[in-house]
Amino acid sequence: MAKFLSLADAVAEVVRDGDKTAFEGFTHLIPFAAGHETMRQGRKDLTLVRMTPDLIYDQLIGVGAAKKMVFSWGGNPGVGSLHRFRDACEKGWPCPLEIEEHSHAAMANAYEAGAAGLPFAVFRGYRGAELARVNPNIKSVTCPYTGEVLATVPAMRLDSAVIHAQKADRAGNVLLEGIVGVQKEAVLAAKRSLVTVEEIVDDLGPRSYNACVLPHWTVTAIAAVPGGAHPSYAQGHYKRDNAHYEAWDEIARDRDSFKAWIAENVMGKGPEAFASFARKPAGRSQ
Amino acid sequence: MSTAAKLAWTPTEMMTIVASRALRNSDVCFVGIGAPSAACNLARLTHAPGITLIYESGTIATKPNVLPLSIGDGELCETALTTVPVPEMFRYWLQGGRISVGFLGGAQIDRFANLNTTVVGAYDKPRVRLPGGGGAPEIATSCGEVFIIMAQGKRAFVDKLDFVTSLGHGDGPGSRERLGVKTKGPTRVITDLCVMEPDPATKELTVVAIHQGATREQIADGTGWPIKFASSVADTPPPTTEELAVLRDLQARTKAALEGKG
Repeated sequence: MAKFLSLADAVAEVVRDGDKTAFEGFTHLIPFAAGHETMRQGRKDLTLVRMTPDLIYDQLIGVGAAKKMVFSWGGNPGVGSLHRFRDACEKGWPCPLEIEEHSHAAMANAYEAGAAGLPFAVFRGYRGAELARVNPNIKSVTCPYTGEVLATVPAMRLDSAVIHAQKADRAGNVLLEGIVGVQKEAVLAAKRSLVTVEEIVDDLGPRSYNACVLPHWTVTAIAAVPGGAHPSYAQGHYKRDNAHYEAWDEIARDRDSFKAWIAENVMGKGPEAFASFARKPAGRSQ
Repeated sequence: MSTAAKLAWTPTEMMTIVASRALRNSDVCFVGIGAPSAACNLARLTHAPGITLIYESGTIATKPNVLPLSIGDGELCETALTTVPVPEMFRYWLQGGRISVGFLGGAQIDRFANLNTTVVGAYDKPRVRLPGGGGAPEIATSCGEVFIIMAQGKRAFVDKLDFVTSLGHGDGPGSRERLGVKTKGPTRVITDLCVMEPDPATKELTVVAIHQGATREQIADGTGWPIKFASSVADTPPPTTEELAVLRDLQARTKAALEGKG
């Protein structure tokens, strides 16, 4: 049964020092407000898992909250590098960052195996790809029926998963719409989960019979944080702030400008700052 | 570039237009972000209105009005036939063999069209840490064939990759087959100077067409191995008025949207 908490209490309960944790979102619904709260609470030694680590992981890495990252594509999409991630990899600043690197197919399959309670994922992948040489978790199995050699990776098992969604009802059922990535799988593969939502409603309202819903008994904590996915977006609420993603390149390139940005925008603010980015639902999500 | 400056289009526009022409109306295409995305949408807006564009975020048969900055902009979801979860995208659609063309870019390419988007320098001590493979390792082996679009230069077209992120033709004929890969792999590389295709016998990238304004010397200078030219090298047909107009409109709409005027 999901508990409704303030963002500060929810992060304190769900995300703990040393966790293997995923703040998931495939471009859409990225839980930025929860990431900022995690920084404010000074979490450390995190193993950050995500298919597409973007600005929020650049920030967590830059403040020294992470000891390791498990990922498949670490960039600022359409813009370029994640400079804090690069600085940690190339120069060990502010601390060395261990990496475990996969392909998207491997990560997606690993999450699915984690949600399914299987020990590993099997797929046709990594053929001729050098990641198999540098990542000892990439192994293979021979199909007992056809003899085909297939790639395997361990199932994703998380201490905690953090996602953002459009809404939850008062019982704690959560609705995600649009690009849903691997968020459902991440929550189901985690011991504890936190969902931040744009709004809490009496009823989830009209939706497809096949809508992506996480029942209340699969979620640990819910916090209402309108605008909490900015600068990513919440379909039906607000658009991706592409100009911010472009501006981040300059902010993160330099250690001092990064630190100043964190001091002003993370340490000096609270989750209510995200409300200015929130928009009431428009169009078909209403 | 003095020759190119006299043309009514830029080398990048030429590259995008030539890349768009490689796509067929019947293709189901897995689109990489950046230059591939521009080329694929140009094809959809010109000669291939029936093409199915798929982005790895799960959007199938998407028809964006502006070019997305990322592979998961809301524009892609709103204009798609359907949006599926990411594990389904990689399992049923890509691994399931339902995609005819994968369109990739990269930081480095070698003579057998293997690609690197992982690191420059040693993997454990990189000089430049690049974003990584993302979908590319499986796109390269699961799509029916692969087109690659990359601006030419010695830092990109290298004699030896620092890291093999995704498989092209390995170390030559038979490489893909030995790894159990049944798809064709890279069949065409489109640059801002020319079009290359793997030689049928050696699998080595060979220049088959040169864009107007580009020279053999420029191509050789922009390639980190002794580049070969096919016995018959075509002149790339120049951009048509329609191709240029549609591409520039698309980019103007995209720019306006980014600046909040869309």
